[in-house]
Amino acid sequence: MPFRWLEDAPLSDAGFEAWGPTLEECFRSAGDALLALMVANPEAVQPREERSFTVEHSELELLLVRFLEEILYYKDAEQLLLRVKQCSLSLDVHPLRATAQLCGEKIDRHRHWLSADVKAVTLHRLSVRKEEEQWRATVVVDI
Amino acid sequence: MAMAVPAVKGSELRKKCVQVGPATWEIPPDAKPGMRVPARIYATPELLAQMDDGVFEQVTNVAMLPGIVERAFCMPDGHWGYGFPIGGMAAMDPDHGVISPGGIGFDINCGMRLVRTNLVYDEIREHIRTLVDALYRKVPAGVGAHGLLKLTDEEFAEVAVQGARWCVAHGYGWPEDLERTEEGGAIPGADPSKVSRRALERGRTQVGTLGSGNHYLEIQIVKPEHVFDPAAAEVMGINRPYQVVIMFHCGSRGFGHQIASDYVQQFAPLMEKKWGIVLPDRDLACAPFRSPEGQAYFAAMKCGINMSFANRQVILHRVREVFSEVFHRDARELGLEMVYDVCHNTAKLEEHEIAGQRRKLLVHRKGATRAFAPGMPDVPAAYREIGQPVIIGGSMETGSYLLRGVPTGKESFFTTAHGSGRTMSRHAAKKQFRGKELEQQLAARGIYVRSVSYGGLAEEAGAAYKNIDAVVAATTEAGLSLPVVRFTPVGNVKG
Repeated sequence: MPFRWLEDAPLSDAGFEAWGPTLEECFRSAGDALLALMVANPEAVQPREERSFTVEHSELELLLVRFLEEILYYKDAEQLLLRVKQCSLSLDVHPLRATAQLCGEKIDRHRHWLSADVKAVTLHRLSVRKEEEQWRATVVVDI
Repeated sequence: MAMAVPAVKGSELRKKCVQVGPATWEIPPDAKPGMRVPARIYATPELLAQMDDGVFEQVTNVAMLPGIVERAFCMPDGHWGYGFPIGGMAAMDPDHGVISPGGIGFDINCGMRLVRTNLVYDEIREHIRTLVDALYRKVPAGVGAHGLLKLTDEEFAEVAVQGARWCVAHGYGWPEDLERTEEGGAIPGADPSKVSRRALERGRTQVGTLGSGNHYLEIQIVKPEHVFDPAAAEVMGINRPYQVVIMFHCGSRGFGHQIASDYVQQFAPLMEKKWGIVLPDRDLACAPFRSPEGQAYFAAMKCGINMSFANRQVILHRVREVFSEVFHRDARELGLEMVYDVCHNTAKLEEHEIAGQRRKLLVHRKGATRAFAPGMPDVPAAYREIGQPVIIGGSMETGSYLLRGVPTGKESFFTTAHGSGRTMSRHAAKKQFRGKELEQQLAARGIYVRSVSYGGLAEEAGAAYKNIDAVVAATTEAGLSLPVVRFTPVGNVKG
């Protein structure tokens, strides 16, 4: 699992650090971490439906926030639990752009062990950085 | 990132707290560069010691906001939040001050609603499981829960403007429910055109749902020894030993969350560049209240307020349906009348008196409850003599309170606590407690719990929270509110 939970996240909330060899992989790991916060057995989410999106922002960190918010959007608007299958980033344009393909399925309370309903991705401790050949993102979410 | 203001550690600021009155502490404005006003914390020495360092950092950050009037405040249940602490409160001069989503919270108008009944514990004891199971089915909770109400885009936009009034007009409630809801169940000035398509789509299916985290729906009883103010209790319809009441805590769901996120992201990059506002924490993202951006957020945030009123109104309707079905009696006959509905996370324009002058102020309350005193015009006629009812929810194990506003609340712009406040992180609680075991322990103590998630249940263990009795005692000592009744839980639905 290319992510870990933050032991020192705010009392009422949760956070994670996600990483990958490329920025795209790092975004994907962050998506997986977000899903794992909401469903305790993310491996049980079957790839039955596909969605795709493009988000933009002038700042890289806020681009990640927008990216993760799309996963929250589908969870609320369509009751879909989605994993990021593919992600591509355009960083030489303004605003910066992220495009992703996701797959997953409708929430099934019998098969999916639901845990926290994430409300929002916050700016607290938010960072995206490169350290020793790995891209790392720190994210705290509101629960 | 705007980081020009040097940081002072919370542990240092804690040492600068000076007691200025009963359960009242202040950090002077010279404690940290950039503070415009003192920061006031209401707490007993024990509660103050329990507060995390973040509270001291955040409440002093709030004191730096442009246009803040008198003081920045933190209530006795305060703990670390985003931007403002949870339990934070600040009044702004609307002409020169800012509006900050971080001073309202992601869950706009998260709040509490209390419903009385004519029933007593003996009459429901045998039906607790049936009631809780039926409530669990009718009031969907947990990740991505969608309600039984199917709304078109147009109808949802109407809900965002008309709030609980829309629900009552469409058969989901009684007209008198509105009189007992803050703002009459619909705050004027909501404008759905200021809300993103994404927010509307996240919220459209969620009217009548509980959510997760610390949101719950509880059946509670009033033990005779827990009635502290019988006269006020009588006015609020609490008038028999072991009376059954229903209390629930929820907000504006994905709709409010997305409105807050959209505007935080819009304000954060503009703050310094456009308005020259430099603050030590990006979560305090804000806009001048009179700017087009500030006004757009105010109008969008009001849509969140109204959606949340509607959410709690539909849940009340479901509660009445469930009790009617189980007891084969009409909800009116069962006396399922609303006591009151309070908001936790809002910014409202209110009139307050400062140095003998009436002034209109933009009052941010985040995890804090308005507590208007007797005689104030916005208190419903039924309660004008005793003061506004205040509902303070405890953890699912410990119990909750009904209080009332008092004249001495003037100094805090008539604001009091909202809950018990966490002392342990979700992560730590999940490590320490097991949801299944907790469920069994609660059952042994006569509290039947239905939860979507055992993990979520463990996170909400009573031991992860401050002592609710201590929080209420601190609000009394500080003169913010007075306890009327304490409630004991017997059944609980958790997200």
